[in-house]
Amino acid sequence: MRYMLLICTDPEAPAVDESAVPDIDEWVEEMDERKIRQLGEMLAPSSDATTVKVRDGRVLLTDGPFAETKEQICGFDIIECADLDEAIDVATKHPMAWGGLIEVRPFWTPATPS
Amino acid sequence: MGRADRGAAVLDAGDALLVAQREWGAIVAALIRATGDWDLAEECAQDAVERAIQRWPVDGVPDRPAAWLTTTARHRAIDVLRRRRVEARKLEEVAAMEHEGDGPAATAPFDDQLCLVFTCCHPALSMEARVALTLRSVAGLTSAEIARAFLVEERTMVQRLFRAKRKIRDAAIPFRVPPADRLAERLDDVLAVLYLVFNEGYRPAAGHDASRVALTSEALRLASLLVELLPEPEAVGLLALMELHDARSAGRVDAAGELVPLDEQDRTRWDRPRIDRAAAMLDAAVARGHPGPYQLQAAIAACHATAAHAADTDWLQIAALYERLASLVPGPVVELNRAVAVSMADGPDAGLRIVDALATTGELAGYHLLPATRADLLRRAGRRTEAATAYRQAIALAANQADRRFLERRLAALDPG
Repeated sequence: MRYMLLICTDPEAPAVDESAVPDIDEWVEEMDERKIRQLGEMLAPSSDATTVKVRDGRVLLTDGPFAETKEQICGFDIIECADLDEAIDVATKHPMAWGGLIEVRPFWTPATPS
Repeated sequence: MGRADRGAAVLDAGDALLVAQREWGAIVAALIRATGDWDLAEECAQDAVERAIQRWPVDGVPDRPAAWLTTTARHRAIDVLRRRRVEARKLEEVAAMEHEGDGPAATAPFDDQLCLVFTCCHPALSMEARVALTLRSVAGLTSAEIARAFLVEERTMVQRLFRAKRKIRDAAIPFRVPPADRLAERLDDVLAVLYLVFNEGYRPAAGHDASRVALTSEALRLASLLVELLPEPEAVGLLALMELHDARSAGRVDAAGELVPLDEQDRTRWDRPRIDRAAAMLDAAVARGHPGPYQLQAAIAACHATAAHAADTDWLQIAALYERLASLVPGPVVELNRAVAVSMADGPDAGLRIVDALATTGELAGYHLLPATRADLLRRAGRRTEAATAYRQAIALAANQADRRFLERRLAALDPG
C-alpha cells in the first residue's frame, strides 16, 4: 500500500527541545533499509514555485504556490507500508512531524466493485 | 426461549427482531473479516436479521443465535459475490470461514467484534465519523436513528458514514485490535467515543430533551460489551461511571421533565442495588493499581451516588479526586468541577477564586457551565445582583432548552432587591 508523505512547514508549531526531535538522516537510513521509502526529495521554497492553469485555452501563470496558507509543502516521500498504522508510525518518526506537519495521503486505487 | 412445539410459535417477529439485533455487531464484524467489504457486511447482516424474523417465530430461537445469523449472512455474501463474479479465491475464503465457525471456538465472533470496535474508533477518523460508524456498525442503529439522535439531517449522516467507510478502505485502516504497545492509547480513543455517546444522551448539548434514552442505553450496552471483550481497568471505570450516572436518572428529572439539581433529588428514586454493583465493580478495577481518568471520574460519581443524603456527601474526598484527575488530564472543565467541590468543602469564596482564575484564561468562553457555576457560587455567597448577571450570561449560552429553563428558574428564585 503506497502513501505520499507531504512534508510541510508549520510556522505556528510551538518550539521543541531539539535534542528530542528525531534525526533526518537516521530516518532516511531506517526507512530505506526497511524498504519503506521508495523515493523522497526536498523541494525548493514555495516562493520559487509557479502555478499553471489553462482556462478558455489561455495559459494563466501565478508566481508562487497554489495555496496561500501559512503551512507550505517543503518536501515529499513516497512510502510503501502494510497499512495506515504503519504509515502513521513512519510519519511520526520524521523530524518534520515535530517542527512542521506531514500529510499522509494514500495513493488512489481503483475502487473495489460494489 | 427454546425450540417451538410443532405448530406453536414461542415468540413473535418483534421478539425475534430484538434477539437478532443484539447480535448485529458480531455478524457485521465476522462478514468484514471474511469479505473486507463493510457495505456488503451490513447488507448481509440485514438480510440475516430479516430471515430470523421470518424463521424463528416458526422454528424457535436457535441455541446459538449469533452463529445462525453469521452463517446465514455468510451464505448471502457468497451469493452476492458469486453474482459479482469475484475471484474464486475470495469465495473460498468466505466459504472456509463456515467450517471455522461451527466449532467450539465461540470466542472467534468476539474477537472480530473487538476488531470492529477499534477500527470504528480509529483516531484517523474524525470524532463525528467514529461516533456515527460505531453506532451504525457495532450497535446497528440506522442512519436515520443516528441522525435524529444528533439532530442532523439524515443525508448528512448517510454522507458521513459513506466517507468514513471509504476512508477506511482507501487509506487501508487495518481491521484489528491494536498491538500491545498501542493498546492503552487506542483504548482511550474507544472510551472517548462511548463516553461522548453517553453524554450526548445524558446531557444533550442542544434540543429540547433533558436526556435521550436511546443513546445512553446504547452507550451502556457497548461499554458492557467492551468490558466483556477487554476487561481493562479503564474500560471498567467507564462502565462504572455510566452505570452510576444512569442508576440515578430517575431522580434527575421531575414529573414535568424538568431538571432537578443533585442536592434536591429524591434519592429514594435512585437504583441502589445498581449503584452498589457499580461501586463494587469499580473497587475491583481500582485495586489493580494506578487508576486512570475514567476510574477517577467514576470514583467521584460513586461518592455522590453512595451518599444516602446530600448532606452526607464527602466533598473533601471529591475535591481530592478532582486534584488527582487534574494531574492526569489537566484542563479547564476538570478545574471547573474541582472549583465546585472545593466550594462545598471550603465555602463559596474558595470556589470563586478558582472560577475567576479560569474565566480570565478565556479557555471556557462560550461554555454555559462557566457562568452557570459562577452564578451558583455567587448566589451561595449572598452576592445576588452579580449572581443574576451571571445567570443571564449562562442562559444566553445554553443551547439545550431543559438547561435554559433550569437556569431561568434559578434566576427567578434570586429575586434581587
